[in-house]
Amino acid sequence: MLHVTALIPLLPLAGFGLLCLLGRRLGNPWAGWLATAAVTASFALTLVVFAGLLGRPAGARSFTQSVFSWVPVGGLQVKVSFLADPLSVTMALFVTGVSAVIHLYSIGYMGHDEQFPKFFVYMNLFVSSMLVLVLADNFLFSFLGWEGVGLCSYLLIAFWFERESAATAGLKAFVFNRVGDVGFLVAMFFLFASTGTLSYRGVFAASGHLAPSTVTAVVLLLFLAATGKSAQIPLFTWLPDAMEGPTPVSALIHAATMVTAGVYLMTRVSPLLAHSSSAALVIAVIGAATAFVAATIACAQDDIKRVLAYSTVSQLGYMFLAVGCGAYVAAIFLMVAHAFFKALLFLSAGSVIHGLDDEQDLKRMGGLRRYMPVTYGAFLVGWLAIAGVPPLAGFWAKSDILLNAYAKDPGLWVVAAATSVLTAYYMGREFFLAFYGPERWGGLRGAHPPHDPGWTMSAPVVLLAVLSVFGGFLDLPFHPHWVFLERWLDPVVGANLYNPRVGLGGLWALAVVDGVLALAGVYVAGWVWGRVWDRPALEPAFLRQGWYADLAIDDVVGRPSRRLADFASAVVELKVIDGAVNGVAEAVRAAAGSLRRVQTGYVRNYALLITGGAVAVLAFVLARAGG
Amino acid sequence: MSVPAYWYLVLAAALFSIGAVGLLVRRNVLVMFMCVELMLNAANLTFVTFARVLDDIGGQSLVFFVLVVAAAEVVVGLGIIVAIFRRRAGATADDLHVLKG
Amino acid sequence: MRLLASVTAVDAATFVVAGAAVVFGALGVVVSRNPVHSALLLVLTLFGVAVLFVSQDAQFLAAVQVIVYAGAIVVLFLFVIMLLGVDRRENLLAEPLKGQRPLAVALGLATLAEVLLLARVRWDTGARSVAGAASGPGSNVAKLARSLFTTYLLAFEVTGALLVIAVIGAVVLARRPPRPGRQASRTPLPRDAPRWPEAAGPGEPEPAEPAEPVGARRPGP
Repeated sequence: MLHVTALIPLLPLAGFGLLCLLGRRLGNPWAGWLATAAVTASFALTLVVFAGLLGRPAGARSFTQSVFSWVPVGGLQVKVSFLADPLSVTMALFVTGVSAVIHLYSIGYMGHDEQFPKFFVYMNLFVSSMLVLVLADNFLFSFLGWEGVGLCSYLLIAFWFERESAATAGLKAFVFNRVGDVGFLVAMFFLFASTGTLSYRGVFAASGHLAPSTVTAVVLLLFLAATGKSAQIPLFTWLPDAMEGPTPVSALIHAATMVTAGVYLMTRVSPLLAHSSSAALVIAVIGAATAFVAATIACAQDDIKRVLAYSTVSQLGYMFLAVGCGAYVAAIFLMVAHAFFKALLFLSAGSVIHGLDDEQDLKRMGGLRRYMPVTYGAFLVGWLAIAGVPPLAGFWAKSDILLNAYAKDPGLWVVAAATSVLTAYYMGREFFLAFYGPERWGGLRGAHPPHDPGWTMSAPVVLLAVLSVFGGFLDLPFHPHWVFLERWLDPVVGANLYNPRVGLGGLWALAVVDGVLALAGVYVAGWVWGRVWDRPALEPAFLRQGWYADLAIDDVVGRPSRRLADFASAVVELKVIDGAVNGVAEAVRAAAGSLRRVQTGYVRNYALLITGGAVAVLAFVLARAGG
Repeated sequence: MSVPAYWYLVLAAALFSIGAVGLLVRRNVLVMFMCVELMLNAANLTFVTFARVLDDIGGQSLVFFVLVVAAAEVVVGLGIIVAIFRRRAGATADDLHVLKG
Repeated sequence: MRLLASVTAVDAATFVVAGAAVVFGALGVVVSRNPVHSALLLVLTLFGVAVLFVSQDAQFLAAVQVIVYAGAIVVLFLFVIMLLGVDRRENLLAEPLKGQRPLAVALGLATLAEVLLLARVRWDTGARSVAGAASGPGSNVAKLARSLFTTYLLAFEVTGALLVIAVIGAVVLARRPPRPGRQASRTPLPRDAPRWPEAAGPGEPEPAEPAEPVGARRPGP
């Protein structure tokens, strides 16, 4: 039964292939249905694998399926093989599930687009790559998936490439990812050099024998890759720009799946993290800092999707904070819950955008609750979930993280708690600006007021809302029997899981504080933005410009790079390389031109040369004969 | 007792050098040809000398062949010269420089 | 090297006289302004060489030298000189080509020096001769003939063929265009032919043309 694991990424890949060949002929909407079917089938297979693993005793829940030998080169033996264990199956479940839902949504959303089939080609390829990433058995194969999702992210962000901002954003995303990928590659080099293998099992078995500096270096390099993929400081500025892509892309890739790859990677290498407390601290600090900074920026954004983008960065910061504290279960829990409610928020935003004919500026929305009740309800649920209002999913997940942060270092907890308030606040701001207040979109619509979209777009939204409400029950801390997620993930991360020794009283106190903070944020948002939609004092330029991060990167990296490139193209290319090549040709020509003068045409000159040659030969003979 | 072989070789060397210098210096084609004959004679003299020194009749046979080939060469060479210089009397070797590179 | 004192006087005198003739003749060939003078001085050289052949027990070769070289080749030279009238005096002092004369002299001296040095080396390997000994009983002619017709038979035959070819070549080269009155030299050459003032052949572009009866029509511009 578990042997279908290899099929899980193969089905979307087959979908990709079929759509490449037949997509244009299938057209709208059958191409979309084919793609959705592929992903849904993949989800079904993942359920089968999940059931298969459940059927096994807890200690035996690890299944490796080797398909063929990929790189058999001397000491390096890398196979294409898949690992089905609790962590990877959890990831696969929510990746395929959320992907299937969003594929369905896209059929309606992209219905008016000319390049409808191409969209699904890329989406299926993306899902396949992501599944390779999470189901791979070794670093190199996982890296293949890692690169694949980066590629698809680029293709999908720049889907409407005729728009220059979209093309630039796609390129920016790809380049930032690439910078991170250097970390992954160098980490692999280190790992292979010190352990001689790249498979997870082999590396983790040898992790105890590695030098601490090696482990720290590897972990930090992998974290560099994770910052690129999961948009943490310093490589996060690509994610807000990535909102140029279609909204389903933002929902799927830049909220639920690709950006979580970094968290998955760090969780996967938890055995290595256990040996390097300094690296773990770095990760926690950067995670907390990113969470806070992104939250502040989100408070001042006008584009409905940019708010959500910065929100994603912030929530990912939370996940890295958890990883840094050793609270892997909490990180995965938030990842799953976040997938639900962030996708929900994005799809609802997409419905709003769709309903207002591609209007994305919050300052030009307002009062939509009368026209789009389903979307309104969904967005409300999403807001409360992300704010951490009990008993929705976000509350349980975030509390888990805050608990671990508090136990690890109260300073981290303060930052995280402040971010929690801000989260509730900026999300509320977005909610009120869109759905309450005066209708600022008037005049554009005329006879067609905005309305809720059809079932292909509304059904996924409702489904995600339900999951956002009840998703928290994955891991309830009240009773050891109810911590399903923790028990499920125990074989993978249990050995290195941080145990926050906080008594029952402390647990309750912190939980109450979390709830209070969330409600406080909600209340402040309602009070400030409920009626008044224009408050420039609360949106300073510093926050609007994202702490000037983009400008800083341009100054520090961009400008010198451009100067270097100009230098290379003007001097190195023209003078050195072309000069060398042309120089050789010129030298040959000059030599030929000089040598040509030997051919004077006069017989007597030639006779002179012959005589000279004869003299030389005689001299040689003389030298050999010893004179 | 006959003359030491070395004297003959010196004489042949001198004859050869004179012929070589003459070939390079003179412009009249026929005189140049005669200088070639001088060089060939020097070679013949050397061969005969060595035939005596090494007691090998093969040296003299070779002179025989050199003579034949020299004769044939003169015949053909003069034929060419006749063909070329029929147009212009008094042309010299320096006037044939069309193949200048 | 044998000591000078044991050389007989006659041999030495012969060598000196013949050698002087050879050198004087050679120098004369090179420095004479008139090519006829050069030819005659060449004869002097050839005679000197013939004498030196005799003094080295190569009597047959001496005879052949006089008959063929002096008697045929130099005569041929003189024929051509007279035929073409190339007896105009050449200006020996001027040298149009730069550096030719100094280099020629330098190379000549170098050649002389090198050959002299080479001559001092002992070249004999002690191996027995293939063609036969030069000394010993029997006439020089017989020994030479034996060598030519047995050891070097193939070369002998080939030189025969060579002579035939040379004769044919000479005949072909020296032909005049058979058509009287037609000024082949005025024939305009094709436009891209090399502008050589003295065109090759007796008015034809190709010097080697198959033998045709005189008066045959010829294609061409």
